[in-house]
Amino acid sequence: MAENATVWEVFIQSKNGLAHKHVGNVHADDKVMALENARDLYTRRNEGSCIWVVKSEYIVSSETEDSEAFFDPSNDKMYRHPTFYTMPDGAKHI
Amino acid sequence: MNEIKFQDRIDAEIKIEPKDWMPDAYRKHLIRQISQHAHSEIIGMQPEGNWITRAPSLRAKMILLAKVQDEAGHGLYLYSACETLGISREELVQQLHEGKAKYSSIFNYPTLSWADMGAVGWLVDGAAIVNQVSLQRTSYGPYSRGMVKICKEESFHQRQGYEIMAEMAKGTAEQKAMAQDALNRFWWPSIMMFGPQDSDSPRTGNAMKWKIKRQTNDALRQDFIDKTVGQAEVIGLTIPDPDLKWNDERQSYDFGEMNWEEFWNVVNGNGPCNKQRLAHHKKAHYEGKWVRDAAKAYTKKQELVAN
Repeated sequence: MAENATVWEVFIQSKNGLAHKHVGNVHADDKVMALENARDLYTRRNEGSCIWVVKSEYIVSSETEDSEAFFDPSNDKMYRHPTFYTMPDGAKHI
Repeated sequence: MNEIKFQDRIDAEIKIEPKDWMPDAYRKHLIRQISQHAHSEIIGMQPEGNWITRAPSLRAKMILLAKVQDEAGHGLYLYSACETLGISREELVQQLHEGKAKYSSIFNYPTLSWADMGAVGWLVDGAAIVNQVSLQRTSYGPYSRGMVKICKEESFHQRQGYEIMAEMAKGTAEQKAMAQDALNRFWWPSIMMFGPQDSDSPRTGNAMKWKIKRQTNDALRQDFIDKTVGQAEVIGLTIPDPDLKWNDERQSYDFGEMNWEEFWNVVNGNGPCNKQRLAHHKKAHYEGKWVRDAAKAYTKKQELVAN
C-alpha cells in the first residue's frame, strides 16, 4: 500500500477579528490540497472565514507529563493577578 | 504504579491525551472501537449512495448528497482520532480489507426503496446519536472531541430521515405501506446496533472502568427505544414488536426478544450485503490509487522545481 500522505493540522478563524483555533487535521500531499481538504472537511456549515494549515511535523509541543514543572514558574507569582492587591475602601473605577 | 495513576485520572474525569501514558489494553480497545466507528461511517455511505441517482426530487437529491458527504467527514474525524493512538490510515484500511476490523452490521442490510432512506436517517442515525451523545464524555480526548463535532452535525441526518417517513406515511396507501415496510425491516437491526446484551458483552467491564463507554449497551438501547416509540405513533406507523408495552413501574418500554442468531450471523460475514460492501470499498480504494500516486508525484516535482 502507498505510504501515508502528509498530515496537516488545521486552524480555523470562525469570523474576522477572532483568533484561529485548532480543529483537527487532514491528509494531503501539498499545501493547496491541504487547504482544500480542510475546507471540505471542517467548513461544511460556514464555520470559517480563514483557514491555516501547517504540517504536523512542524508543531512543537510541551510534554503533558512535564507540565507541572514546566508551568511551575508562574504558580508562585500571585502578584501578577489584579486580585492580589488591596484597594482602599471607596476607591472607584479601578 | 502507572496504572494506578492512570485510573486516578480517569476517575477524576481528566481526559487522556495522545502522549499520556496509557495501558496497552486501553490503547487496543480504543483502536478497535474508534476504527470500527470510522469504518462504519465510510461503509455507511454505500446504502445511501445507492439512492442518490434515484432521489425523487432535486431537493431530496441535494439533501442526500450533503448527508453522504457528512458521513465521509465523520469517518475522517474518527480516522484522525484513531491515528493519534499510533496506527496509520493505511493500516486501518488494510485491517478493514482483511476483515480484521469490523464495521456496524446495520450497513450489511440492503436499501430496497426510497422509504429506506427515511428509515436509515430516522432509526440508524437516531440510534447512532444516542450512542454518540453518550460518547462525548468518553475518557480519550481526541475521541471525545470528534464526538462533539459529529453530534452537532448528526441531528440534521435524523430529522431529514424522519421527514421522509412522515411524508410517506401521510401519502397514498402504497407510500404508507412502503414506509411501514422500511420500518419493519430496519427496526430490529437498529436496536441491535447497540450490541449484545450486557450479560453477553465481555468487554463492557473494562470499557466502563476506563470510561471509554459511559453507558452500557442495554441502557443506550432502552434510551433509544423510549425516544423512538412516540415518534412512530406521531406519524401513524407501527413498531413491529408485539411485545412492546409501556412499563409504568420502570417508566420505560418493555420490548421483545432480539434475534441474536441473526445478529451474529451478520457480524460474522453472512449478512445480505457483507461481501458487496467490502468489495466495493476495495474497488474504490484500488481504482483511486493512481490519483494518490499522481498527487505524490506532483509534490515531488514541485520540490525539484523549487530546488
